[in-house]
Amino acid sequence: MNVLPGFLRRGFAHGVHPEGFKERTADLPTQRMPFVDRYVMPLNQHLGAPAIPLVETGDRVRRGQLIAEPGAFVSTSLHSPVTGRVTAIANRRFPGGVFARSIEIETDPYATQRLDPKPPVDWRDLTAEDFVAQVQHAGIVGMGGAAFPSHVKYSIPEGQRIDHLLVNGAECEPFLTNDHRLMVERPDALLRGIEIILHNLGAREATIGVELNKPDAITALESHLKPSQPISIVPLQVKYPQGAEKMLIKAIYDKEVPAGELPRDLGIAVNNVGTVVAIADWFETGSPLIERILTVSGPGVVNPSNLIVPLGTPVREVLNYCGGLKDQAIELVMGGPMMGMPIASLDVPVLKGTSGILAFTKVGNSRPREYPCIRCGRCLEACPYFLNPSRLARLAKARLFEEMNNYFVMDCVECGSCTYACPSRIPIVQLIRTAKSQLRQPGAADQ
Amino acid sequence: MSAQDPRLLLQAAPLLKQRLSTRGAMLDVLLALLPATLAGLWFFGLSGLLVLTASILGSIMTEWFFTPEEARRQHLLDGSGFLTGLLLGLTLPPSLPLWMAFIGGAVSIGLGKLIWGGLGQNLFNPALVGRAFLLATFPNAMTTWSPAGGPADFFQLHASNLAMPFMHVEYDGVSSATPLGLMKFEYQDTSLSNLLIGNISGCIGETSGLLLLLGGAYMLWRRVIDWRIPASILLSVALFSSVLFAFGPDRYPGPLFSIFAGSLLIGAFYMATDPVSSPITPRGAWIFGVGIGLLVVLIRIFGGFPEGVMYAILLMNAATPLIDRYTQPRVFGRGGAGR
Repeated sequence: MNVLPGFLRRGFAHGVHPEGFKERTADLPTQRMPFVDRYVMPLNQHLGAPAIPLVETGDRVRRGQLIAEPGAFVSTSLHSPVTGRVTAIANRRFPGGVFARSIEIETDPYATQRLDPKPPVDWRDLTAEDFVAQVQHAGIVGMGGAAFPSHVKYSIPEGQRIDHLLVNGAECEPFLTNDHRLMVERPDALLRGIEIILHNLGAREATIGVELNKPDAITALESHLKPSQPISIVPLQVKYPQGAEKMLIKAIYDKEVPAGELPRDLGIAVNNVGTVVAIADWFETGSPLIERILTVSGPGVVNPSNLIVPLGTPVREVLNYCGGLKDQAIELVMGGPMMGMPIASLDVPVLKGTSGILAFTKVGNSRPREYPCIRCGRCLEACPYFLNPSRLARLAKARLFEEMNNYFVMDCVECGSCTYACPSRIPIVQLIRTAKSQLRQPGAADQ
Repeated sequence: MSAQDPRLLLQAAPLLKQRLSTRGAMLDVLLALLPATLAGLWFFGLSGLLVLTASILGSIMTEWFFTPEEARRQHLLDGSGFLTGLLLGLTLPPSLPLWMAFIGGAVSIGLGKLIWGGLGQNLFNPALVGRAFLLATFPNAMTTWSPAGGPADFFQLHASNLAMPFMHVEYDGVSSATPLGLMKFEYQDTSLSNLLIGNISGCIGETSGLLLLLGGAYMLWRRVIDWRIPASILLSVALFSSVLFAFGPDRYPGPLFSIFAGSLLIGAFYMATDPVSSPITPRGAWIFGVGIGLLVVLIRIFGGFPEGVMYAILLMNAATPLIDRYTQPRVFGRGGAGR
């Protein structure tokens, strides 16, 4: 037991303090959403190479059946969220206003939707390679939003070792309470998942970082913690972006991950609480990643809720289940309001990385008038990476992308704190994103 | 997508914004200047009011004239033109002919801001550009001071206020030196209490140290100015003048006098803190402030003018891009300082 008292809460420098808006859903128990008629599983819903379909149109699939295999090492598997029939493998709507190749499945209305029982995998007796293969087979990705395939984090290069497992329960994005509810409702699964990962990585200890605005989550975890477990729970300052990997490491271990390096170079693996629970579920019940917890909230939703939703459920069905949208709702976001993806259509499905569905109204989110930069410096005070966003935005507007490298534009993690803080309403992080994508295209930056 | 779906906006995250706006920050500065402005009217009466009005009108009308029609509303409503005119007016002597104050306001906005590309683009503080122009063009009018009066003399207008453009100006009554002038040329001290309250001769808005500090404290509390800049200016002026005072207490002013006399307070809190023309980096702000403090003491003591705040700030304004360039913050996860 190594629980810090509140006054020793830890954090990082800079950052911003957006209003939390979490009280609307923080105390609502998660409900399981019923099955709907149709599911859409985009093949590229994780980072890395798209998955390759193993089924064809017309095939019957069972709930939990493997329907697509990893397209590369940095890629992962897809499993059917439902028992039914494949009706199409074609382009379907995806967040950000684009289309993506997807497997569409029509639900069998007469099926029981029971998950085929599988014998639990003995996680104490796996080689390092087997563990990585198991996690990839289960289709597990980072559940905090990035959807980076987790097995890649667990394959440790020769000569490196992981000593610390850092479990991310910060949940610094406003509105979202899905990690919060998971910690309150399934602390035992979280702690068992930690034990599985610790054992298989050979790490010495695990630390769960939880922002202080979730005292019931901290209490729940503490009460389930056994004295023999090398796990500590650390309360963190409530500040955005506390849940960013490198900010979390700074807060807990007081170490800066050098630019261009990964946490594992410091012997640290960072996992979201949702990811850890998904690991526990796979090894203990044989359930692959076919559903997830998400928060439906925002001023445009009739009944804000925390839901367990099968992957591939269209956003339209999720919103209907929550009483629908209010009339003035004009903007939908997948994920949090600071880093989430905007969606243009209600037909977009819930993905592995969808931590929330937020609806905003015109009143709360009218597009503000932009003023010129007056160099007030608030963005510099906000940037957790100590960049100079004011300078970067000016250079981006002048399309001087190469020059932006001198100000380390590629170190930006696009947390959006600068745009949040800017009193002139300049879309700083959006300009930086454009510049970064220009710089990534070979030759494009010379123009 | 069905027909009854709402029309959804696609706007890249983040969707949340903090409340403070650039316009709100301008209004905060105006609010902070209100006590000192009212004190100026109390001491300098209708003349003060007319000079302020002329300078503000000069600013606003220039902004209006040189702004394309579709942008006028936004540019005038952001409050920056009004603020520049007010700041300039507060640093003018109350007996200044009104047409000069008007020209000063026009130059502040025209040469101080618009010619650079408008709000946020200028290198120098616009109000000080206007003031430097006036001091160079009308040195006599800009250094003729009248003593502070009270509300009883409110309607006693200086005849010089109404002088016609380009005509000879007659100054009425007794002209009276400012505390800095008295100190520099006659080695005569002014009591601290008068400096704090402001019943001394000087520019309209700079005489009451106490009310300027009050406004400064408000801006610091609202976080619309960088605390490092006034702190470093005041500390360095106190330090450098203490050193001189220690060598010759009979010839040099003490640190408290140096801080409260002249336009140091209005300069330190309202002019040097103009974010557009001061460094954006925290370390840069310290360098900027100490540079101003050093220059103020040097100009006041060893220069030809009794007052040096304006030139000190303008000189450090010129150095701001260079300071910013060499004080970039150290980026997270990178050892050495940035570029």
